[in-house]
Parts: sequence; C-alpha cells; structure tokens
Amino acid sequence: MAKGDPGASTRGRRAAPRSRKAAASDPELVQLLTPAGERIDSVTGPDGTEYRVDFTDEEYRGLYRDLVLVRKLDAEATALQRQGELGIWASLLGQEAAQVGSGRALRTQDMAFPTYREHGVLYCRGIDPIMPLGLFRGVDQGGWDPNEFKFNMYTIVIGAQTLHATGYAMGVAMDGKTGTDDGEAVIAYFGDGATSQGDVNEAFVWAGVFNSPLVFFCQNNQYAISEPLERQTRIPLYRRAAGFGFPGIRVDGNDVLATYAVTRHALDNARHGQGPSLIEAYTYRMGAHTTSDDPTRYRIASEVEAWQAKDPIARMKAFLEREKIADEGFFTEVDEQARREAVDLRERVLAMPNPEPTTMFDHVYPNGSPLLDEQRAQFSRYLESFEGSAH
Amino acid sequence: MATETLTLGKALNAGLRKALENDPKVVIMGEDVGKLGGVFRITDGLQKDFGDQRVIDTPLAESGIIGTAVGLAIRGYRPVCEIQFDGFVYPAYDQIVSQVAKMHYRSRGKLNIPMVIRIPFGGGIGAVEHHSESPEAYFSHTAGLKVVSCASPQDAYVMIQQAIASDDPIVFLEPKRRYWEKGQVDLDAPLSEAYPLHAARVARAGTDATVLAYGPMVRTCLDAATAAAEDGRNLEVIDLRTLSPLDLGVVYESVRRTGRAVVVHEAPSNVGLGAEIAARITEECFYSLESPVLRVAGFDTPYPAARVEEEYLPDLDRVLDAVDRTFGW
Repeated sequence: MAKGDPGASTRGRRAAPRSRKAAASDPELVQLLTPAGERIDSVTGPDGTEYRVDFTDEEYRGLYRDLVLVRKLDAEATALQRQGELGIWASLLGQEAAQVGSGRALRTQDMAFPTYREHGVLYCRGIDPIMPLGLFRGVDQGGWDPNEFKFNMYTIVIGAQTLHATGYAMGVAMDGKTGTDDGEAVIAYFGDGATSQGDVNEAFVWAGVFNSPLVFFCQNNQYAISEPLERQTRIPLYRRAAGFGFPGIRVDGNDVLATYAVTRHALDNARHGQGPSLIEAYTYRMGAHTTSDDPTRYRIASEVEAWQAKDPIARMKAFLEREKIADEGFFTEVDEQARREAVDLRERVLAMPNPEPTTMFDHVYPNGSPLLDEQRAQFSRYLESFEGSAH
Repeated sequence: MATETLTLGKALNAGLRKALENDPKVVIMGEDVGKLGGVFRITDGLQKDFGDQRVIDTPLAESGIIGTAVGLAIRGYRPVCEIQFDGFVYPAYDQIVSQVAKMHYRSRGKLNIPMVIRIPFGGGIGAVEHHSESPEAYFSHTAGLKVVSCASPQDAYVMIQQAIASDDPIVFLEPKRRYWEKGQVDLDAPLSEAYPLHAARVARAGTDATVLAYGPMVRTCLDAATAAAEDGRNLEVIDLRTLSPLDLGVVYESVRRTGRAVVVHEAPSNVGLGAEIAARITEECFYSLESPVLRVAGFDTPYPAARVEEEYLPDLDRVLDAVDRTFGW
C-alpha cells in the first residue's frame, strides 16, 4: 500500500474474524493483533475511545509489505556498515510496526519530526530510503526537503526535535489550519530516553499551554543505549501526559494495526483542534543501539527471546495466513521485492561520490559571509597548489 | 523626515513595531514580552496593538523559546525571541548552537531559520548575578550564527529591522545600560537605503590611534576620545556593529593610518573577540603597526558583585591608559 491511505476506503472491509473486546493480558496496552496473530475486534481506551481498524485485504497486505521492506532495507544498511560502507547505522529492528503503523496513520498534510531511527516513517512518507544513508555514510548531513515530504531532517540531539514539532504545530494553529477534517496535525517522534530531557518536558508544557495540534509519539524500546527504562522513569511513560494536562495512551508498538488506530485517532483529534496527546508505543529494540553498541553487555538473551516471540512481522503474517488474506505466492513476491530494493540500495550507496572538499563552505548562511568567501578562496588556492604534483 | 529624539530602548520598540507592521509573519516571543512589555519595556504596547498571536508570552523556559521558534521558522514564520537577560541564555544554548545555527547547513539550504534572538547584555546597571554578562564570544564562535550589537538609538531602530528582515539567524545584542540614552532617530528612513547591517563604521574620525568597540563600550570610547582630544591626542573610534562576521576592512584602513589599535569590550579578555581582532589586525597590518594591538576588557573572573562592577568594567581611564601604552612601546 505504498501510496495509499489505509483505512480511508469504505470498500471491501474485512471485519475482524472474532469479536473480542479488549486485551485481557495487559489492560494498559491497546492491542488489536496478538503476538499469535489473532485479531481483536476493538479495544476501548481509558477515556472510552473505541479503537478499531477496518482495512481491506489489499490494505492489510500493504501494511505487511511495508513491514517487510522496511526491515530488509534496515538490514541492508546494517550490512553496509559492517562492510565499512557506512560510518554507523541506527537500526530500527523490532520497531517496524510502531513506525509503519504511525507513519501510515499520517495524512498527506501532516508534518513529522523524527529522531535518527525513523527509517520506517521516512519510507512511509515516500522519501527515497537512500537519503539517510548519505548521512550515515558521511557524504552529507541529511538532504531531503522537509517541506516537500512533510518529514523534517533527522535529529541526533536527543529530544530537541520535540520543541521544533511544537513550534511548527503552534504555527499550524496560528495559520488557522485546525478544526476541520482536512486540518493539519504534527507528530513528534522520540524515545524512552528522551523523556528525561528538559526539551521534551518543555515541549509537553508548551503544547499543553498552547493546545497545539501535536501527537507526541514515544517509541519505548526499553533501552537508552544501555540504560533500561527504570533509569528514566518511576511510572509508565504514557502517564506522564496527565501531569501536563493532555491524554496519554500506551499501545502495543509491535502491533501495526493498533499503532495505526491509536495514532490516527490522536492525529485526528489534533487536527480538529482538540490539542496534543502522548502515545507510548511499547516495543523493543531487537538490535544494538547503533552498530557501535554491544547490547550483550547490558541485557540477557532470555529477554531478547521473549520479545522475539512478539515480533511485529511474524504476527501479521500469521494473521494473513490464518484469514487467507495472502498466500505463499504473495509472501514470496514481497520477499523478492525486498531483496531487489535492498540490492538497489546497496548499489546506489556504493556509487555515492564523496563530496568535493570546497562544498563544505556551501549553505552555512542563506546570505553568505565574507569570512567564509575568503576562507573558501584561500583553501581553493591551497588545493590548487598541489595540482600536477605527486602529493 | 520624521526625526525624533528617542531612547535606545524606545528606538528598538519603534523598530519592532515597524517590523510587525511590515511582515505578518513576524512574531515576537519571550517571557513577559506581552502585557508587561518586557522587563525593560522594549516590547511595550506591541501585544495590545498586534494581539497575543503576534506577541507571545511564553512559558518560562529558554530552550523552549528557541526550540519552538525553530519550528515556527520551519513553518514560515520569522520569530523574534527575547531572552530576558544575558545570563539566562544558556538553557537555550543547545538549541541555538546545535539547531538554529546548523539547520540551513544540514538541509543543504532547503531550510532557513530567519530568527532574531534579542539579548540585553553587559553590565553597569547594578544588577544581581547572571544579569550583567557578555556572552558574545560563544555565539561569534559558532558557524551558522551572525551576531550584531547596536550602540545608538538610530542604529537600534534600523538594525533590529534589518536583522528581522535577514534570512540568517542573528543574535542581536542590546547594550542594556544604554537603553535610556537618547539620540535622534529618523523613523522614515527606508531600510533599503540604510547603512548595511554587517558593516563596521567610523563613529569618530581621528588620526593618532584606532579604538575599536561595540555595544555599550562605544559610548565609553567616544567619551575617552573627547578626553584625549583635550590632551591633544586625536583618537579614531570605530563601532564594529557586526561581531560575526567581523567587518574589518575599515579597521585595517584606519590602523594603517594610525599605526595603533586598542580593542575594548566588557567581556573577559581570554579568548574573547579582542583576541581575534588583534590577530587579524596583526596579519593584515603588520608593517604599519607601531605597537602591539592592546586589549581593554573585563577580567577573567565571573562577573563580580555589583558594588565592584565599576572597577571590573573598562572605563574611560582604562581606555586612555591602553592608548598611552601604545605610544610608550
């Protein structure tokens, strides 16, 4: 469903196979697809909101395709780093459903502010997956047009982007772009570690005070590099929202359907002028923090195995198989597409040229600077002095 | 020509008003800038006339002010942020240095952050700690930011408008102890014909030594020049106006004539702007110099208690002492 708007169509709805209300296992967690791939018809949230999705078979298959492609491209990036082609890579392994679910819940006019791990959301926004690899290869510092794709640049300083999202959302409200079905909403991505940052807490204050059309989307992947959640908080993160005066909800972040439903609802509230909310997508970082990290130093194998059993793709596949929404031919075709796109990504990364040295002077200031002009000219002359020499 | 006598603070207020009138995307934001009009009343009356969507009283968090202003800028607004006092800018330092300064660069020019960060800076008002600092070197050292300071009501009126109209992110340093000093301001002078924002200017022509200053120290140096003239020594005073990038062409021209240069600022001397200026003058004017470039600056202490700030701050006598030393070399 690469370009579609899942859930928006009214044709060919597939009702959930079994009418079950609410997940019994964890009353705090909104879940529409169990780890075993069983559909839950609807879940009533703490504020009485009923969460459900009504996707066509094609839309279900589209979400599965997104999950597989995003994981494969991520794995390819990890492999490229291992082979020395990227300086570092921050893998999203395990968080595909949180990112695809929320990314597909965005409407075209919505703006996203990512961290540096939102490769899945980036994919959903229609940005060429090669783009962030330039950053991690070290040939540029990002480079897509945030306004064209409604997806801001990656932000590496933890939590800083939540304030940018808040300011942008204030601007949306000031522009009078809320209060209607085609209003605009903004989503701010961050992690569990970021919730300790002052900037994130300031963003909560601001968004609350100004009733900004904003969804705070926290992927709680349980670790901030090595530090477990207990080092960041005494209470479940979604409950922080109450103290700032807006709703907070926890969703199974390994459940693409529940993540979609919860995010779409929060975004629609925001675009209708009902202010901010916090979503805690409860998930797990299956891989290392980045390729420079060694998670075996701070977590045990049995914990990883337990989360392996909650894999977002496996449960979606089990659901599609059980309900005969997809057959083996489909799964093979998706895998083949993923393989082709990964090969293509690899080839294009290897072909990325190093930038010309003097381009480092470009775009420091919109209006330029005589100091930089001088330095660029001096450095160019210096480089030219080597021309024709053996050095 | 509507020339009026205004204080520097009122001239800033008039400039901000004009910017709000001229561009609906200009928004002013900060602590107490609305109803109160700012603790120095620089935004007095603006919220009343332009509404609380254009002149925004923010929560009390400096990083939040700058961080949300980044988002507003991405959205197409031109935020003018007030940091209440110099010593309170540091909570926003990360947003300024890592986000505001680098957004244009990182996006390869696709994003502009046309933000002005107004900071009342410097000492001399008998304030309690954290209210008298001179943080200009931190910002001048940061690529992607531009830094300016005004020294007269006319410049205050024009430069604040130029800074707001510029697409570059600009730290705008206001000499708080000069807020109440009066001068003639031409309120109708078109911006397009105004003296450029990023250009130094001779504030007083002279022949015997060149004295360089910006912000609050320009007045001090002009007074020193008046005193020196009584002793028959003719000082040229240059108002640097732009601290990043520095505009030193007029300085080199002056020093080549006078052979002597003294740089004056309130900020501590160690790794301050004076050091950069002295290095560049030495590189460009080496054979014209009759003495080393000297610095008159704050000491390398934390800003001291108010009852000794008169001793801490460069004053007329310390400027003249340094000028004397350039002649005794």
